[in-house]
Amino acid sequence: MMIDSVTNFRIVGLGGMGVLTASQIVAQVFFRQGYAVKKAEVHGMSQRGASVCSDVRVGPQVWSPTIPAGEVGYLVLLDPQERPLYEAELRPQAVVLEPAMIEKARLPHSRALNVAMLGVLSRHFQIPGAAWLEVIREVFPPRLHAANEAAFLAGCDSP
Amino acid sequence: MERLLLSGNEAVARGARDVGVARGVGYPGTPSSEILEVFHRLGGAAAWAPNEKVAAEVALGVAFARARALVTMKHVGLNVAADVLFTSAYSGVDGALVLAVADDPGLASSQNEQDTRRYAVAAGVPLLEPSDSQEAYDFTRLAFELSERWHVPVILRLTTRICHSSTVVCCDAPAVPPPAPVFVRNIPQRVMVPGHARAAHQRLRQKLSELAAWNEVSGPNRRWPGSSELGIIASGVAVQYAREAAPDAAIFQVGLSHPLPIQAIRDFVASVSRAVVIEENDPCMADAIRAAGLTIDSAPAMYRQGELTVGRVRRILAGDASAEPVPAARRPPQLCQGCPHRRVFEILKKHDCIVAGDIGCYTLAALPPLSAMDIQICMGASIGVGLGLRHVLPREQAMRVVSVIGDSTFVHSGLTGLAEMAYNVPDTGHVLLILDNATTAMTGRQQHPGTGYRLDQTPTNRLDYVALARAMNIANVAQFDPVRETDALEQALVEALQKAELTVLVARRPCILIPAGKS
Repeated sequence: MMIDSVTNFRIVGLGGMGVLTASQIVAQVFFRQGYAVKKAEVHGMSQRGASVCSDVRVGPQVWSPTIPAGEVGYLVLLDPQERPLYEAELRPQAVVLEPAMIEKARLPHSRALNVAMLGVLSRHFQIPGAAWLEVIREVFPPRLHAANEAAFLAGCDSP
Repeated sequence: MERLLLSGNEAVARGARDVGVARGVGYPGTPSSEILEVFHRLGGAAAWAPNEKVAAEVALGVAFARARALVTMKHVGLNVAADVLFTSAYSGVDGALVLAVADDPGLASSQNEQDTRRYAVAAGVPLLEPSDSQEAYDFTRLAFELSERWHVPVILRLTTRICHSSTVVCCDAPAVPPPAPVFVRNIPQRVMVPGHARAAHQRLRQKLSELAAWNEVSGPNRRWPGSSELGIIASGVAVQYAREAAPDAAIFQVGLSHPLPIQAIRDFVASVSRAVVIEENDPCMADAIRAAGLTIDSAPAMYRQGELTVGRVRRILAGDASAEPVPAARRPPQLCQGCPHRRVFEILKKHDCIVAGDIGCYTLAALPPLSAMDIQICMGASIGVGLGLRHVLPREQAMRVVSVIGDSTFVHSGLTGLAEMAYNVPDTGHVLLILDNATTAMTGRQQHPGTGYRLDQTPTNRLDYVALARAMNIANVAQFDPVRETDALEQALVEALQKAELTVLVARRPCILIPAGKS
């Protein structure tokens, strides 16, 4: 689908799960499709097991870098236990993506869950998988390409 | 035209590169730390200094040599560098001196919510407030232009949301060639003895009135047309929230907020039936605009705390001062599993020490379950505060006081505290623990003078804490690996707590997050 109004993604998890990497990928993919993009996050606690959350906003024109209360359209949970924190932030009919959607056997490594969740997310947009994979390859060092590509495809094929 | 998605910090670094900055110097501090790291990756000469004061002094030297210098720090770093700021405002500079200072409204990772805009007024220097990454880039370039044109230091005020949000940036302005550094003697301008400084103060006030006049006509302020019913005066990221919260309102965006373009604001206020000032942190603009005799609305006092959001701006516009919903509790950060600091604080807890702590990852030891730090105020304070406690507490309590400081923080502000410890010795002596994990861990593992490596990862001299403590005549000095030599460390601490002497113990073991072979 084409985006004609602001679409809001929130990616959440705990420090060390790759929340910020995932939001970086989402932001770059939509940015390269020509959209206005804003991404917000708070650094400093990411290695220490704290709740981490990053907002990506995409559209023809975006003002606030953070998503206003009640306007999250896509909530990507890397840790399902974080869900209650964000329930009240969801827009009606919001899409909530959880790790249970990934077929565990197809995940090459537990650390690639963040990229697998982006595979699930990608099915909601008509952006070619190649555009996602191009960004994924740029974000990770070559030794991690195979695992992350496999994780992304596992997400794309999720039931 | 190059179209990029950049964080505010990346945009400042790129602006500095494109404007030919000769040297970028700073001390790491969330949310400012990435500026110099990116500047280095873009080919700039970047260095970590022991603290913000030294960074600002090095930068001032660069600017006295007619070159362009960038200093980076978080808001509380400017407290440390303030001595340099206030008098370099008098002396002025020959090249350009820009201080990129990052405030942290909402305290994402800081000990207070101080507002750097107060410093611009107090020191008498211009201050720019970008509202997104494009302006972070443009205003960085403008800051150098203004500094060079008026020979005055300029503050670029960032906030966490500007530093760490990524937005689209077009960098199409041509790069500016850097000037050739040269020393030209000018004693009356650079030696701030009273006779010189009186004239220098007069020159500074003259520059500020010229800047104010320039800001009225040509400053980086912007008027967005809108309804004549509601006009919003805003600066920094608050501009973005206001645009979204009130799409029909007329908006006056203040880009250079000191000196304030008060005549332009007066015209704007006159053009709308209701004018509201929206700003993050302190009511700096609202107070100044009211002092100029204008009638405006501004946020109820409660909005001075915390970050603004679109929702909060809607509430401010509606004059809503009712209690806000309490956000759900998030999982707090904690010391990593396997962090060498854990062992040290387990020992301190076991012996019921009164711990005067300091700033770094190890401050997390104050939280449950460890709850093993009693005081934390500002960089380096562990030593002085610990000494103060020792001087007056009853002997039984005084003997349990221990000062605990990390390696980077010790180099930043602990050296003078150690001199005080050696100089004014409490009757019960004192114990200082230096937690040396070979990095500035909390801000993302930056190098410092105690690691033996510079910002660009090249090797250099390494400060030796043991030799330093001995040189300061501390009676008992020892170093242990807190993981491999836990028992020996504990025994040394127990002994130190029993004798009325000075002891410095270094607990040295690299942060587990440092890649192997890097320490």
